[in-house]
Amino acid sequence: MLEAIVFWISAVVAVAAGVTVFRTDSMARATYALAASFVAVGLMLLTFALDYLGVIVILMMVMEMAIMALFMIMLMGMNPALMPMSMVHGKRSAAVIAGLVFVGLAAAALLVPWPGAVEAPVADTTRSLGEAVMGSKMLVMLTVSPVLFATIVGALVLGHPRNRYQRYGADLAADHPDDPIDGGVGR
Amino acid sequence: MPDITQAAPVWAALVPLGLLALASAGAVVAGVSATRMRGGAVLAGVISPFTETSRLLRQRRRVPVAADRVLWHVAIGGIPVVAVLMVVVVPIGPVVLADSPVGIVWFNAMDVLLWALWWLAGWGPNSAHPLIAGHRFLGLALAYELPLMFALTAPAVAAGSLRVADVAAAQHGLWFAVWMPVAFAVYLLSTLAFSSWGPFAVAAHADLAGGVLAETSGVDRWLMLAGRHLVLAAGALMAVPLFLGGGAGPLLGPVVWTVLKALAVLMFLELAAGRLPLIRPERFAELGWVVLLPVTVLQVLVAAVVALGGA
Repeated sequence: MLEAIVFWISAVVAVAAGVTVFRTDSMARATYALAASFVAVGLMLLTFALDYLGVIVILMMVMEMAIMALFMIMLMGMNPALMPMSMVHGKRSAAVIAGLVFVGLAAAALLVPWPGAVEAPVADTTRSLGEAVMGSKMLVMLTVSPVLFATIVGALVLGHPRNRYQRYGADLAADHPDDPIDGGVGR
Repeated sequence: MPDITQAAPVWAALVPLGLLALASAGAVVAGVSATRMRGGAVLAGVISPFTETSRLLRQRRRVPVAADRVLWHVAIGGIPVVAVLMVVVVPIGPVVLADSPVGIVWFNAMDVLLWALWWLAGWGPNSAHPLIAGHRFLGLALAYELPLMFALTAPAVAAGSLRVADVAAAQHGLWFAVWMPVAFAVYLLSTLAFSSWGPFAVAAHADLAGGVLAETSGVDRWLMLAGRHLVLAAGALMAVPLFLGGGAGPLLGPVVWTVLKALAVLMFLELAAGRLPLIRPERFAELGWVVLLPVTVLQVLVAAVVALGGA
Protein backbone atom coordinates (compact mmCIF):
# COMPACT_ATOMS: atom_id res chain seq x y z
CA MET A 1 0.00 0.00 0.00
CA LEU A 2 2.66 2.50 1.08
CA GLU A 3 4.82 1.43 -1.86
CA ALA A 4 1.94 2.03 -4.26
CA ILE A 5 1.34 5.53 -2.87
CA VAL A 6 5.04 6.44 -3.08
CA PHE A 7 5.22 4.97 -6.59
CA TRP A 8 2.30 7.00 -7.95
CA ILE A 9 3.37 10.23 -6.28
CA SER A 10 6.90 9.76 -7.65
CA ALA A 11 5.52 8.95 -11.10
CA VAL A 12 3.44 12.13 -11.19
CA VAL A 13 6.39 14.20 -9.88
CA ALA A 14 8.71 12.66 -12.49
CA VAL A 15 6.39 13.58 -15.37
CA ALA A 16 5.50 17.02 -13.98
CA ALA A 17 9.18 17.88 -13.43
CA GLY A 18 9.94 16.60 -16.92
CA VAL A 19 7.32 18.95 -18.39
CA THR A 20 8.71 21.81 -16.29
CA VAL A 21 12.10 21.38 -18.00
CA PHE A 22 10.60 22.78 -21.21
CA ARG A 23 8.07 25.21 -19.70
CA THR A 24 10.50 27.19 -17.54
CA ASP A 25 12.57 30.12 -18.84
CA SER A 26 15.75 29.64 -16.82
CA MET A 27 18.69 27.35 -17.51
CA ALA A 28 19.18 26.62 -13.80
CA ARG A 29 15.51 25.79 -13.24
CA ALA A 30 15.38 23.56 -16.33
CA THR A 31 18.48 21.66 -15.21
CA TYR A 32 17.29 21.12 -11.67
CA ALA A 33 13.75 20.25 -12.80
CA LEU A 34 15.41 17.45 -14.78
CA ALA A 35 17.36 16.47 -11.66
CA ALA A 36 14.11 16.37 -9.65
CA SER A 37 12.56 14.18 -12.34
CA PHE A 38 15.46 11.73 -12.08
CA VAL A 39 15.28 11.72 -8.27
CA ALA A 40 11.59 10.77 -8.56
CA VAL A 41 12.55 7.92 -10.93
CA GLY A 42 15.14 6.79 -8.37
CA LEU A 43 12.43 6.73 -5.68
CA MET A 44 10.24 4.66 -8.02
CA LEU A 45 13.05 2.11 -8.34
CA LEU A 46 13.29 2.04 -4.53
CA THR A 47 9.60 1.06 -4.36
CA PHE A 48 10.48 -1.97 -6.56
CA ALA A 49 12.96 -3.00 -3.80
CA LEU A 50 15.83 -2.22 -6.20
CA ASP A 51 17.73 -0.45 -3.41
CA TYR A 52 21.11 -0.13 -5.05
CA LEU A 53 19.84 0.93 -8.47
CA GLY A 54 17.43 3.47 -6.98
CA VAL A 55 20.04 5.13 -4.78
CA ILE A 56 22.69 5.09 -7.50
CA VAL A 57 20.28 6.76 -9.97
CA ILE A 58 19.76 9.60 -7.47
CA LEU A 59 23.52 9.86 -6.82
CA MET A 60 24.64 9.86 -10.45
CA MET A 61 21.89 12.06 -11.83
CA VAL A 62 22.22 14.83 -9.21
CA MET A 63 25.99 14.85 -9.74
CA GLU A 64 25.51 14.93 -13.51
CA MET A 65 22.96 17.75 -13.40
CA ALA A 66 25.15 19.83 -11.07
CA ILE A 67 27.93 19.68 -13.66
CA MET A 68 25.55 19.98 -16.62
CA ALA A 69 24.19 23.27 -15.25
CA LEU A 70 27.72 24.71 -15.51
CA PHE A 71 28.07 23.56 -19.13
CA MET A 72 24.60 24.84 -20.06
CA ILE A 73 25.44 28.28 -18.72
CA MET A 74 29.00 28.24 -20.06
CA LEU A 75 28.21 27.13 -23.61
CA MET A 76 25.11 29.27 -24.22
CA GLY A 77 27.57 31.96 -25.25
CA MET A 78 25.86 34.74 -27.19
CA ASN A 79 22.41 33.95 -25.84
CA PRO A 80 23.08 34.79 -22.22
CA ALA A 81 22.02 31.86 -20.06
CA LEU A 82 21.83 34.18 -17.09
CA MET A 83 18.77 35.86 -18.64
CA PRO A 84 15.27 34.37 -19.11
CA MET A 85 15.17 32.33 -22.33
CA SER A 86 13.02 29.72 -24.06
CA MET A 87 13.94 26.08 -23.49
CA VAL A 88 12.50 24.84 -26.81
CA HIS A 89 13.98 25.20 -30.29
CA GLY A 90 12.87 23.75 -33.64
CA LYS A 91 9.41 23.12 -32.21
CA ARG A 92 7.79 21.42 -35.21
CA SER A 93 10.50 18.83 -35.93
CA ALA A 94 10.96 18.22 -32.20
CA ALA A 95 7.23 17.58 -31.77
CA VAL A 96 7.21 15.14 -34.71
CA ILE A 97 10.27 13.24 -33.46
CA ALA A 98 8.96 13.13 -29.88
CA GLY A 99 5.55 11.89 -31.07
CA LEU A 100 7.09 9.14 -33.24
CA VAL A 101 9.42 8.00 -30.46
CA PHE A 102 6.55 7.94 -27.97
CA VAL A 103 4.33 5.90 -30.30
CA GLY A 104 7.21 3.54 -31.04
CA LEU A 105 8.10 2.97 -27.39
CA ALA A 106 4.47 2.64 -26.32
CA ALA A 107 3.82 0.15 -29.14
CA ALA A 108 6.90 -1.83 -28.12
CA ALA A 109 5.80 -1.85 -24.48
CA LEU A 110 2.35 -3.17 -25.43
CA LEU A 111 3.19 -5.51 -28.33
CA VAL A 112 6.47 -7.16 -27.32
CA PRO A 113 5.77 -10.58 -25.75
CA TRP A 114 7.56 -9.92 -22.46
CA PRO A 115 8.77 -13.04 -20.63
CA GLY A 116 6.73 -13.82 -17.54
CA ALA A 117 8.27 -14.05 -14.09
CA VAL A 118 9.79 -17.51 -14.22
CA GLU A 119 11.28 -17.52 -10.74
CA ALA A 120 10.86 -15.63 -7.50
CA PRO A 121 12.93 -12.42 -7.25
CA VAL A 122 16.31 -12.95 -5.62
CA ALA A 123 16.72 -11.88 -2.01
CA ASP A 124 19.82 -9.73 -2.60
CA THR A 125 19.26 -7.69 -5.76
CA THR A 126 22.52 -5.76 -5.27
CA ARG A 127 24.55 -8.98 -5.35
CA SER A 128 22.75 -10.35 -8.41
CA LEU A 129 23.29 -7.02 -10.20
CA GLY A 130 27.00 -7.20 -9.40
CA GLU A 131 27.19 -10.80 -10.62
CA ALA A 132 25.45 -9.87 -13.88
CA VAL A 133 27.78 -6.92 -14.49
CA MET A 134 30.91 -8.90 -13.64
CA GLY A 135 29.70 -12.12 -15.31
CA SER A 136 27.25 -12.51 -18.18
CA LYS A 137 27.25 -8.78 -19.06
CA MET A 138 31.04 -8.37 -18.74
CA LEU A 139 31.55 -8.11 -22.51
CA VAL A 140 29.08 -5.23 -22.78
CA MET A 141 30.74 -3.39 -19.88
CA LEU A 142 34.21 -3.97 -21.35
CA THR A 143 33.10 -2.56 -24.71
CA VAL A 144 31.09 0.39 -23.48
CA SER A 145 33.50 1.59 -20.76
CA PRO A 146 36.57 2.18 -22.99
CA VAL A 147 34.42 3.97 -25.57
CA LEU A 148 32.94 6.29 -22.93
CA PHE A 149 36.35 6.84 -21.36
CA ALA A 150 37.95 7.58 -24.74
CA THR A 151 35.16 10.09 -25.41
CA ILE A 152 35.85 11.89 -22.13
CA VAL A 153 39.60 12.03 -22.75
CA GLY A 154 39.11 13.05 -26.37
CA ALA A 155 36.70 15.85 -25.44
CA LEU A 156 39.13 17.11 -22.79
CA VAL A 157 42.07 17.08 -25.22
CA LEU A 158 40.05 18.93 -27.87
CA GLY A 159 38.51 21.35 -25.40
CA HIS A 160 41.55 22.24 -23.32
CA PRO A 161 43.20 25.47 -24.42
CA ARG A 162 46.73 24.42 -23.36
CA ASN A 163 48.52 21.29 -24.49
CA ARG A 164 51.71 19.62 -23.27
CA TYR A 165 53.92 21.70 -25.59
CA GLN A 166 52.67 24.88 -23.96
CA ARG A 167 53.26 23.34 -20.54
CA TYR A 168 56.65 21.70 -21.06
CA GLY A 169 58.13 23.65 -24.00
CA ALA A 170 58.58 22.76 -27.71
CA ASP A 171 60.89 19.81 -26.96
CA LEU A 172 59.00 18.77 -23.78
CA ALA A 173 62.25 19.27 -21.85
CA ALA A 174 61.15 21.66 -19.07
CA ASP A 175 61.53 20.38 -15.50
CA HIS A 176 58.40 22.17 -14.29
CA PRO A 177 55.27 22.82 -16.35
CA ASP A 178 54.57 26.46 -17.13
CA ASP A 179 51.05 26.66 -15.72
CA PRO A 180 49.09 29.85 -14.99
CA ILE A 181 48.09 28.33 -11.65
CA ASP A 182 50.37 25.96 -9.75
CA GLY A 183 48.73 22.55 -9.37
CA GLY A 184 49.38 22.07 -5.65
CA VAL A 185 51.56 18.97 -5.75
CA GLY A 186 54.67 20.83 -6.89
CA ARG A 187 55.40 18.81 -10.02
CA MET B 1 23.71 -10.41 10.41
CA PRO B 2 24.19 -8.51 13.68
CA ASP B 3 21.34 -7.91 16.09
CA ILE B 4 19.90 -4.59 15.08
CA THR B 5 16.34 -3.43 15.38
CA GLN B 6 14.64 -0.97 13.14
CA ALA B 7 13.14 1.84 15.21
CA ALA B 8 9.43 2.61 14.89
CA PRO B 9 8.76 5.43 12.39
CA VAL B 10 7.64 7.81 15.18
CA TRP B 11 11.27 8.02 16.33
CA ALA B 12 12.00 9.86 13.09
CA ALA B 13 10.73 12.97 14.86
CA LEU B 14 13.63 12.71 17.30
CA VAL B 15 16.38 12.41 14.67
CA PRO B 16 16.50 16.12 13.76
CA LEU B 17 16.51 17.09 17.46
CA GLY B 18 19.29 14.63 18.29
CA LEU B 19 21.36 15.80 15.36
CA LEU B 20 20.72 19.42 16.32
CA ALA B 21 21.99 18.68 19.85
CA LEU B 22 25.16 17.10 18.43
CA ALA B 23 25.65 19.98 16.00
CA SER B 24 25.14 22.50 18.84
CA ALA B 25 27.97 20.85 20.75
CA GLY B 26 30.10 21.22 17.62
CA ALA B 27 29.10 24.87 17.23
CA VAL B 28 30.05 25.52 20.88
CA VAL B 29 33.48 23.97 20.29
CA ALA B 30 33.90 26.10 17.16
CA GLY B 31 32.72 29.19 19.04
CA VAL B 32 35.16 28.67 21.94
CA SER B 33 37.98 27.92 19.51
CA ALA B 34 37.34 31.08 17.49
CA THR B 35 36.90 33.29 20.57
CA ARG B 36 40.07 31.96 22.23
CA MET B 37 42.09 32.66 19.09
CA ARG B 38 40.89 36.25 19.19
CA GLY B 39 41.87 36.40 22.89
CA GLY B 40 38.28 36.44 24.17
CA ALA B 41 36.78 34.70 27.21
CA VAL B 42 35.74 31.04 27.09
CA LEU B 43 32.20 31.82 28.25
CA ALA B 44 31.71 34.29 25.41
CA GLY B 45 32.67 31.50 23.01
CA VAL B 46 30.30 29.02 24.64
CA ILE B 47 27.29 31.29 24.30
CA SER B 48 28.28 32.71 20.89
CA PRO B 49 26.27 30.18 18.78
CA PHE B 50 23.17 30.90 20.89
CA THR B 51 23.48 34.69 20.86
CA GLU B 52 24.00 34.51 17.08
CA THR B 53 20.92 32.28 16.77
CA SER B 54 18.78 34.69 18.76
CA ARG B 55 20.11 37.64 16.76
CA LEU B 56 19.44 36.00 13.39
CA LEU B 57 15.99 34.69 14.30
CA ARG B 58 14.94 38.24 15.21
CA GLN B 59 16.51 39.77 12.10
CA ARG B 60 14.36 40.76 9.17
CA ARG B 61 14.85 38.76 5.96
CA ARG B 62 16.36 40.60 3.01
CA VAL B 63 16.03 39.33 -0.58
CA PRO B 64 18.12 40.75 -3.45
CA VAL B 65 16.52 42.08 -6.62
CA ALA B 66 15.46 39.41 -9.15
CA ALA B 67 16.61 36.55 -6.92
CA ASP B 68 15.53 33.06 -7.99
CA ARG B 69 13.60 32.54 -4.77
CA VAL B 70 12.47 28.98 -5.51
CA LEU B 71 15.95 27.58 -6.15
CA TRP B 72 17.48 29.72 -3.38
CA HIS B 73 15.08 28.48 -0.74
CA VAL B 74 15.41 24.89 -1.94
CA ALA B 75 19.14 25.25 -1.26
CA ILE B 76 18.77 27.01 2.10
CA GLY B 77 16.20 24.57 3.44
CA GLY B 78 17.78 21.58 1.73
CA ILE B 79 21.12 21.56 3.55
CA PRO B 80 19.68 20.75 7.03
CA VAL B 81 17.29 18.23 5.42
CA VAL B 82 20.21 16.45 3.73
CA ALA B 83 22.06 16.31 7.07
CA VAL B 84 19.06 14.56 8.66
CA LEU B 85 18.68 12.18 5.69
CA MET B 86 22.36 11.26 6.04
CA VAL B 87 21.98 10.00 9.61
CA VAL B 88 18.79 7.95 9.20
CA VAL B 89 20.94 4.97 8.12
CA VAL B 90 23.40 5.31 11.03
CA PRO B 91 22.80 2.80 13.84
CA ILE B 92 22.78 4.42 17.29
CA GLY B 93 23.79 1.44 19.42
CA PRO B 94 21.32 -1.37 18.69
CA VAL B 95 18.69 0.70 16.85
CA VAL B 96 18.58 2.31 13.43
CA LEU B 97 15.80 4.29 11.83
CA ALA B 98 16.23 2.99 8.27
CA ASP B 99 18.01 -0.37 8.10
CA SER B 100 18.91 -0.01 4.41
CA PRO B 101 20.92 -2.79 2.76
CA VAL B 102 22.75 -0.06 0.82
CA GLY B 103 23.17 2.47 3.66
CA ILE B 104 26.67 3.50 2.60
CA VAL B 105 25.54 4.30 -0.96
CA TRP B 106 22.61 6.24 0.50
CA PHE B 107 25.01 8.36 2.58
CA ASN B 108 27.10 8.94 -0.54
CA ALA B 109 24.03 9.97 -2.55
CA MET B 110 23.04 12.45 0.16
CA ASP B 111 26.50 14.05 0.19
CA VAL B 112 26.23 14.39 -3.61
CA LEU B 113 22.95 16.29 -3.11
CA LEU B 114 25.12 18.91 -1.40
CA TRP B 115 26.80 19.58 -4.77
CA ALA B 116 23.46 20.76 -6.08
CA LEU B 117 22.51 22.63 -2.91
CA TRP B 118 25.75 24.63 -2.51
CA TRP B 119 25.64 25.62 -6.16
CA LEU B 120 21.95 26.59 -5.96
CA ALA B 121 22.71 28.61 -2.82
CA GLY B 122 25.16 30.53 -4.99
CA TRP B 123 22.85 30.83 -7.99
CA GLY B 124 19.70 31.81 -6.10
CA PRO B 125 20.45 35.30 -4.80
CA ASN B 126 21.37 36.74 -8.25
CA SER B 127 24.60 38.17 -6.91
CA ALA B 128 28.21 37.88 -8.12
CA HIS B 129 30.03 36.70 -4.98
CA PRO B 130 27.63 33.87 -4.12
CA LEU B 131 27.59 32.75 -7.78
CA ILE B 132 31.40 32.51 -7.90
CA ALA B 133 31.41 30.69 -4.54
CA GLY B 134 28.89 28.13 -5.82
CA HIS B 135 31.03 27.45 -8.90
CA ARG B 136 34.11 27.20 -6.68
CA PHE B 137 32.40 24.56 -4.55
CA LEU B 138 31.81 22.39 -7.62
CA GLY B 139 35.50 22.74 -8.52
CA LEU B 140 36.39 21.45 -5.08
CA ALA B 141 33.73 18.74 -5.26
CA LEU B 142 35.28 17.28 -8.43
CA ALA B 143 38.53 16.88 -6.48
CA TYR B 144 37.23 15.36 -3.24
CA GLU B 145 34.26 13.24 -4.35
CA LEU B 146 36.09 10.33 -6.04
CA PRO B 147 38.59 9.88 -3.18
CA LEU B 148 35.60 10.02 -0.80
CA MET B 149 33.80 7.33 -2.78
CA PHE B 150 36.81 5.01 -2.52
CA ALA B 151 37.22 5.89 1.18
CA LEU B 152 33.58 4.78 1.68
CA THR B 153 34.16 1.67 -0.44
CA ALA B 154 37.11 0.43 1.66
CA PRO B 155 35.10 -0.34 4.87
CA ALA B 156 32.28 -1.80 2.75
CA VAL B 157 34.72 -4.12 0.96
CA ALA B 158 36.36 -5.16 4.24
CA ALA B 159 32.96 -5.94 5.78
CA GLY B 160 31.54 -7.48 2.60
CA SER B 161 28.38 -5.40 2.95
CA LEU B 162 26.95 -1.99 2.13
CA ARG B 163 24.74 -2.15 5.24
CA VAL B 164 26.08 0.26 7.88
CA ALA B 165 25.30 -2.08 10.81
CA ASP B 166 27.25 -4.91 9.12
CA VAL B 167 30.26 -2.61 8.69
CA ALA B 168 30.14 -1.65 12.38
CA ALA B 169 29.85 -5.30 13.41
CA ALA B 170 32.74 -6.38 11.18
CA GLN B 171 35.21 -4.39 13.34
CA HIS B 172 35.21 -6.55 16.46
CA GLY B 173 38.68 -6.28 17.93
CA LEU B 174 40.32 -3.94 15.44
CA TRP B 175 38.77 -0.68 14.23
CA PHE B 176 38.92 0.10 10.53
CA ALA B 177 40.42 3.48 11.46
CA VAL B 178 43.49 1.61 12.75
CA TRP B 179 44.24 -0.53 9.71
CA MET B 180 42.68 1.77 7.08
CA PRO B 181 44.15 5.12 8.15
CA VAL B 182 44.19 6.47 4.58
CA ALA B 183 40.47 5.87 4.05
CA PHE B 184 39.71 7.37 7.49
CA ALA B 185 41.80 10.49 6.83
CA VAL B 186 40.25 11.02 3.39
CA TYR B 187 36.78 10.51 4.87
CA LEU B 188 37.40 13.18 7.55
CA LEU B 189 38.85 15.57 5.00
CA SER B 190 35.89 15.06 2.67
CA THR B 191 33.47 15.63 5.56
CA LEU B 192 35.02 19.07 6.02
CA ALA B 193 34.82 19.58 2.25
CA PHE B 194 31.14 18.72 1.74
CA SER B 195 30.27 20.82 4.80
CA SER B 196 32.29 23.66 3.20
CA TRP B 197 34.10 24.19 6.49
CA GLY B 198 37.62 25.05 7.66
CA PRO B 199 40.30 24.59 4.98
CA PHE B 200 37.60 23.66 2.43
CA ALA B 201 35.19 26.52 3.18
CA VAL B 202 35.41 27.64 -0.44
CA ALA B 203 31.65 28.17 -0.77
CA ALA B 204 31.36 30.41 2.28
CA HIS B 205 34.66 32.07 3.12
CA ALA B 206 35.53 35.62 4.05
CA ASP B 207 37.92 35.83 1.05
CA LEU B 208 34.82 36.07 -1.17
CA ALA B 209 32.72 38.34 1.05
CA GLY B 210 31.18 35.27 2.68
CA GLY B 211 30.46 33.49 -0.62
CA VAL B 212 26.99 31.93 -0.60
CA LEU B 213 26.37 33.57 2.79
CA ALA B 214 26.92 37.06 1.38
CA GLU B 215 23.27 37.85 0.61
CA THR B 216 21.65 35.78 3.37
CA SER B 217 20.06 37.28 6.43
CA GLY B 218 17.71 36.37 9.24
CA VAL B 219 16.41 32.84 9.33
CA ASP B 220 17.93 32.08 5.91
CA ARG B 221 21.41 32.79 7.24
CA TRP B 222 20.73 30.79 10.39
CA LEU B 223 19.61 27.78 8.33
CA MET B 224 22.81 27.92 6.25
CA LEU B 225 25.14 28.34 9.25
CA ALA B 226 23.31 25.68 11.27
CA GLY B 227 23.06 23.45 8.19
CA ARG B 228 26.83 23.48 7.90
CA HIS B 229 27.25 22.33 11.52
CA LEU B 230 24.48 19.74 11.01
CA VAL B 231 26.16 18.25 7.93
CA LEU B 232 29.50 18.18 9.76
CA ALA B 233 27.84 16.46 12.75
CA ALA B 234 26.19 13.93 10.39
CA GLY B 235 29.60 13.16 8.87
CA ALA B 236 31.13 12.74 12.35
CA LEU B 237 28.30 10.40 13.38
CA MET B 238 28.70 8.27 10.24
CA ALA B 239 32.46 7.94 10.96
CA VAL B 240 31.59 5.95 14.11
CA PRO B 241 30.09 2.82 12.44
CA LEU B 242 32.35 3.14 9.38
CA PHE B 243 35.74 3.43 11.05
CA LEU B 244 35.47 3.49 14.87
CA GLY B 245 33.80 0.17 15.66
CA GLY B 246 30.25 1.50 16.05
CA GLY B 247 28.93 1.23 19.60
CA ALA B 248 31.64 -1.18 20.78
CA GLY B 249 33.33 -0.21 24.04
CA PRO B 250 33.63 -1.23 27.70
CA LEU B 251 31.11 -0.52 30.50
CA LEU B 252 29.07 2.35 29.08
CA GLY B 253 26.90 0.55 26.53
CA PRO B 254 26.61 1.01 22.76
CA VAL B 255 24.41 4.13 22.68
CA VAL B 256 26.70 6.13 24.97
CA TRP B 257 29.81 4.97 23.11
CA THR B 258 28.33 5.93 19.72
CA VAL B 259 27.55 9.42 20.97
CA LEU B 260 30.92 9.82 22.72
CA LYS B 261 32.87 8.74 19.64
CA ALA B 262 30.81 11.04 17.41
CA LEU B 263 31.44 13.93 19.80
CA ALA B 264 35.19 13.21 19.74
CA VAL B 265 35.29 13.15 15.91
CA LEU B 266 33.18 16.30 15.70
CA MET B 267 35.38 18.13 18.22
CA PHE B 268 38.48 17.14 16.27
CA LEU B 269 36.94 18.37 13.00
CA GLU B 270 35.79 21.69 14.48
CA LEU B 271 39.15 22.37 16.17
CA ALA B 272 41.13 21.39 13.06
CA ALA B 273 38.86 23.51 10.87
CA GLY B 274 39.52 26.62 12.93
CA ARG B 275 43.30 26.22 12.71
CA LEU B 276 43.89 25.40 9.05
CA PRO B 277 44.18 27.91 6.20
CA LEU B 278 41.85 27.87 3.21
CA ILE B 279 42.98 25.60 0.34
CA ARG B 280 42.31 27.00 -3.11
CA PRO B 281 40.19 24.47 -5.05
CA GLU B 282 42.36 24.73 -8.18
CA ARG B 283 45.38 23.66 -6.13
CA PHE B 284 43.48 20.95 -4.27
CA ALA B 285 42.29 19.52 -7.61
CA GLU B 286 45.74 18.18 -8.46
CA LEU B 287 46.24 16.90 -4.91
CA GLY B 288 42.92 15.07 -5.09
CA TRP B 289 43.50 13.45 -8.47
CA VAL B 290 47.25 12.79 -8.35
CA VAL B 291 47.71 11.86 -4.68
CA LEU B 292 44.44 11.08 -2.87
CA LEU B 293 42.74 9.08 -5.63
CA PRO B 294 45.62 6.59 -6.13
CA VAL B 295 46.20 6.11 -2.40
CA THR B 296 42.51 5.50 -1.72
CA VAL B 297 42.38 2.96 -4.59
CA LEU B 298 45.37 1.22 -2.99
CA GLN B 299 43.52 1.33 0.34
CA VAL B 300 40.56 -0.48 -1.25
CA LEU B 301 43.00 -3.03 -2.70
CA VAL B 302 44.47 -3.64 0.77
CA ALA B 303 40.95 -4.00 2.21
CA ALA B 304 39.99 -6.44 -0.56
CA VAL B 305 43.11 -8.58 -0.04
CA VAL B 306 42.56 -8.69 3.72
CA ALA B 307 38.86 -9.51 3.28
CA LEU B 308 39.65 -12.34 0.84
CA GLY B 309 42.40 -13.66 3.11
CA GLY B 310 40.05 -13.70 6.07
CA ALA B 311 37.20 -15.35 4.19
